[in-house]
Formats: sequence, structure tokens, C-alpha cells
Amino acid sequence: MSMLEIKDLHVSVGGKEILNGLNLSVGAGEVHAIMGPNGSGKSTLSYALAGRAGYEVTGGSIVYKGEDLTALPTDARAAKGIFLAMQYPVEIPGVTTINFLKTALNAQRRARGESDLDAVSVLRLVRGKAGTLKVPEEMLKRALNVGFSGGEKKRLEILQMALFEPSLAILDETDSGLDIDALKLVADGVNALRAPDRAMLVITHYQRLLNYIVPDRVHVLSAGRIIKEGGKELAHELEAKGYEQIIKDAA
Amino acid sequence: MSAIRETADQVATLGEKYKYGFVTDIEMEVTPKGLNEDVVRLISGKKNEPEWMLEWRLGAFRRWKEMTEPEWARVHYPKIDYQNASYYAAPKANPKLESLDEVDPKLLETYAKLGIPLHEQKLLAGVAVDAVFDSVSVATTFKKKLGEAGVIFCPISEAIREHPELVKKYLGSVVPVSDNFFATLNSAVFSDGSFVYVPKGVRCPMELSTYFRINASETGQFERTLIIAEEGAYVSYLEGCTAPMRDENQLHAAVVELVALDNAEIKYSTVQNWYPGNEEGVGGIFNFVTKRGDCRGRDSKISWTQVETGSAITWKYPSCILRGDNSVGEFYSIAIANNYQQADTGTKMIHLGKNTRSRIISKGISAGHAQNTYRGLVSVHLRADNARNHTQCDSLLIGKHCGAHTVPYIESRNPSARIEHEATTSKIAEDQLFYCTSRGINQEEAVALIVNGFCKEVLQQLPMEFAVEAQKLVGISLEGSVG
Repeated sequence: MSMLEIKDLHVSVGGKEILNGLNLSVGAGEVHAIMGPNGSGKSTLSYALAGRAGYEVTGGSIVYKGEDLTALPTDARAAKGIFLAMQYPVEIPGVTTINFLKTALNAQRRARGESDLDAVSVLRLVRGKAGTLKVPEEMLKRALNVGFSGGEKKRLEILQMALFEPSLAILDETDSGLDIDALKLVADGVNALRAPDRAMLVITHYQRLLNYIVPDRVHVLSAGRIIKEGGKELAHELEAKGYEQIIKDAA
Repeated sequence: MSAIRETADQVATLGEKYKYGFVTDIEMEVTPKGLNEDVVRLISGKKNEPEWMLEWRLGAFRRWKEMTEPEWARVHYPKIDYQNASYYAAPKANPKLESLDEVDPKLLETYAKLGIPLHEQKLLAGVAVDAVFDSVSVATTFKKKLGEAGVIFCPISEAIREHPELVKKYLGSVVPVSDNFFATLNSAVFSDGSFVYVPKGVRCPMELSTYFRINASETGQFERTLIIAEEGAYVSYLEGCTAPMRDENQLHAAVVELVALDNAEIKYSTVQNWYPGNEEGVGGIFNFVTKRGDCRGRDSKISWTQVETGSAITWKYPSCILRGDNSVGEFYSIAIANNYQQADTGTKMIHLGKNTRSRIISKGISAGHAQNTYRGLVSVHLRADNARNHTQCDSLLIGKHCGAHTVPYIESRNPSARIEHEATTSKIAEDQLFYCTSRGINQEEAVALIVNGFCKEVLQQLPMEFAVEAQKLVGISLEGSVG
């Protein structure tokens, strides 16, 4: 069974249609890459999957584990196991990272009918995941993302993914703003989370990231729909030819 | 489009969420409406006050008749008819209480409902409570233990009778009788409040707390608090306030005076949650309060912390007179205004002594159609060499119909002064809310989390037991402001 089945998806932002008839199917245990030029609708797809306000689904369906998501609020989707690692993680002054993690984890647990974890248990859990991602204890005590470097922000996103153990993880431009060492670290973190019961959608502009997170399938997004699909070699073809040529070929 | 813009109109029904809106059905003794010398005499008589106290009140009343209500604050409200309210209300059967067993069970029940149990064995460890119900103090706990340390903690009406020399010496010495319209009114008709005296070198062994409750309708509450810390003494004091939900506006005009002598420290915290009115702005308490601390001695320190979430109108400027050399004044404030609440609050730091320092951290949060004003004065006098002030004034807006205003006055007559003022205004950004919800946190909880983060520096100043409550209150006050 597919983890995620998107059919003929239309999404408008501010009255302007950004996605028009997007189809995508991702199976459990698979890693799919979505590649596309600026303005093709990559971020819109990630926000529509997360249910961000203002990203209006005007047609089609998003079915996750057999359930249509389109009417579900964002926090309910998170509790059901959908996680979006953001391109630009936001700062929340005055809220420590560990407090944020605890609040989020317990909110998800509560929504699933599980009991809250106390501060000590959460800290133990987080520590267990933080080491390999090189997230030091000191970072957990700082206000969420405030004054974090680009690399720290992205590592924290992956730490959250490890903590929440989602069934569907969407990584939106996770490589942006990272130097090669930081990129490797993040990619290792993501690869460690590949699992038979987990699907991943890796959204990226550049092929570079896919050298480290090797996808099972690659989809090319252009003007709001998927115009070409292939195996991991498609990413290399894109890198060699450029988007313009591939889009022309597909037309 | 965004979650905020889309839902800004659907602002909270805070009135329905006000937990403390119940009325206690208890037989009350209420004076007839109206205010004249006879009423002043009657209040004084009810309290068995000595002649000098009555004269003090009458002097204040005569002054008050000549004064006009101030209009400079950014608050709008229908003219208050001072003749159309009662100035004294007390539960019958009250008079003098020797032990809690004599307190009307209905009153104990009321305080239990408010989360303030008055039986000592049930109390928060280490917190002594004075409970003021309308015009009278109904119970003061832990008196004996405090007495052993030499600390006096009692209703001010009792202090006037039992410790007249202290009251005479200090009452009106920080907030003079004719200070301002509302303080003068209070001086004439104040009914009860707390009195604290911490003798030389004593560190008060527990937190002191007064819990103010307005219950009767069509009455005003005019409490008076006086705290004196002798040389080297320390005391931490907290007040909490609630009132029933009513369509009418009720007046609350309190006066608080603090005196810190050499090396003394007073920490005064307030969690003000008077009924704020309903979501249409009907009803609620008019809160006109004068609070002032006098750092009279060298190296003394007075610290005000306030969490203001209630009242339809808040008019309040807890201030410090930094008279003693090296004295320190602090003001930490969270003011939340939702629906049609109006808050005009801030502080005055008056630097008179050398090397005096003051710190102001103000966090204003506005939601719904509320207006929230920070009004502050930092004044450095000629003799105040090397005075220092740091002011940080942050405003947070939720929705697009509310307002935040900052009115800082800075005066310096001494060239060695160093005064810093920082101010920011921000909105809860849609991307912050989205980030939280995408991690499974619902909208309301996300707003509470973000606002608590915004207020953190102030919340940290509260005594531990109350910080958790205050955090919850911040969340409750803003329920429904987004989403």
C-alpha cells in the first residue's frame, strides 16, 4: 500500500493556482526526490502536505495511509505522523529548544491518546538522539533557533524528525545554506532514519544533496505538475542538461 | 489569508472563560450608596478607629472634593458617578476572628474555589495569606509563626488599632494624602488591606500573600497596603485579585506604600486578574491604583513584578523613589489586554541618591480590540551622580484591531547619568504559528507558548509557586485570540 497517494492536486495561494494536477505516489520504505526550478511549486507542495493556512486545495486529493488529509488541521497531521523539515526554521524567542521539543512531543502523544512524558524522560530521549547529530546540550538550552547557524537549524530539524519518528517525512530544501561538512552530517542523520515503515520526500533544487541521500525515485516538477519521473540517474541527467533542456524535452 | 488575518475577527469569548466569575451568596452589610463625610465617619467607626485616623480620612475627603479626575491616560470610559456606589461592604457575622473556625464556611468555600485554601495545614508551604473580602480582611494565616520572627502581618485596620505609632509614622509618607485623585479618594474611604512590618535584620521566613476578592455588587473596593522593611530586612509579598462577572463596572482604587530602610529589600509581586468584562466590553473592573515604593535607606532595593491580565481599565504605575545612595529599583511587567480591555500602565523611577540604579522590563500584549499603553518616567535629579537606568519595552500584537503604545518620559538633570531605552513592537508571526502546529502543537497552545516565551524575563521574577500559575493565566487570558 502507498504511504502517500496524491491525485490531480490543485493548490492555490492568494487566488493564484500554483499546483495544477499533480500526481505522486510514495510507498512505505521509499525515498523520493522532488526536483524543480525556482517557482515550480516545490515549497507549495510541502506546505499543502503539512496543511499550512493560505495554501488552499481547490481540487484533487492527498491520501495518507488511506485517509484523505485535505480537511485535517496541521497539528492533527503532525500527530498522525507527518513531519516537515523546513527550509527556514523559525525563531521563537524565550522558548528553550528542550521546552519546545517537550511541548511538541507531548502534544502529539496526547492527540494519539498517550500519556505525557515528564521533563526528565524527554531529556533522556532527546540526548539519545542528539549525539550523532552533534546537537550539544548547550544548544537545547538556547531559545529555539535564536542565533543558531544555518547548520545548527537544519540539524535541529533532523533531531526533531528522529524524536517524533514520523511515517512520512518531507524535507524541504534541507541542503540550502549548508556547507559540505554540514550537508554530510545532515544527510547521515536522514539516512539513519530510513526505515521500512517510513517514507521520505526530499525536495531540492540541486542534485548535490542526492549524492548523500540517494533516492529510490526522482520526479521533476515544473509549473505545478510532475513532468518526468525516473530512477536516481535522472538527477544526474538534470545536473548535466539543466532544467530548461529537460522541460523542453518533456514538452 | 494567513491564519491570523483570517481569524482576527473571531476574537475570544474571554468572559465565558473567566473562571472566577461566580458570586458568593452571603449576607452582607453594605452602606447606602453615596459619598459624604458621614460615610467617611461610618467607615472609620466600623473599624473602631482612633480619632487621629478619622481626622486623617476627613482631611483627605475635603481635599478630594476639590480635585478633578485625571484624563491624561489613554483610556476611555463613561464618567464614574461617585455618588452611585457603596463604599463599604462586609460579610455580616464577621467582626473579630480568633481562629479560622469562626470564619463563615461560605467564605472558606469561596477561597477554596479560587484555589486559595485558608486552613494553614492545606496552605502552600511557606506562604502566609491575608484574605480580603470586599471591605474587610477575613483571615490571616501563619500569624503565630511570623510573630516569632518579629514580623507583623495583619489587616491594616488591626494595625491602626494595635500599632498606631508605626502606622502614624509611615502611612501617607510615600503616597501623600493629596497625591492624586484616586489616591486621595482611597485615603478617605479605604476599608482594609494588609500591613507588614519586618524588623531590623529580619529576613521574613515565608512569602506573604494577600488575596483580594470583590464580591458585592455596586460597591467599590479601596484597599490600602503598607509594607515597612527596617534596616537589613527582607520581605517578598504577593497579591492576587479576582471578582465576579457583572455587567456593571466596579471601581477599585487601591494604594500601596512600601518603605525600605538601609540595606532592606522588598519584593512585591502582583497577579491581577479582576474580571475584565465580556467579549463586547460590557462590565469589568475599573482599576485605578497608586503603588509607590520609597528606597529611603542606603543600599536598599525595591522590586515590583506585575502580571496584569484582568480589569476593563487598568491605570497603574508602580514606582520607586530612589532616595538612598546606591539604592536599586526594578519594575517587571506583563500587561495583557484582550477584547475591549484598556491598559495604561508603567512605572516611575525617580533617582535622587548617588549611584542609584533602576531597571524596567515591560512586556505588553494586545489582542482583540484592546489598547495597551506603556507609560513611564525615568527622572534623574541634580544630586544623583552616576545614576543608571535601563529600560526595555516590548509590545506584542495579536490580530489587527488592537493597539500598542509606548510613552516614555526621560528627564535628566545630572550629566553623569546613563539612561538606556530599548523598545520593540512585534506580531505573532504566521510562520511561528505554522512552525508550532506543524510539530503537533495546536493554535491556542502555540499562542500561549510564544507569549510565555515573550514574557519569560518577567515570569522568571515571580516566586516559584506563582510563576506556574501565571504562565497558565497568560494562556487562558489569550484563549481564542487566534484560530
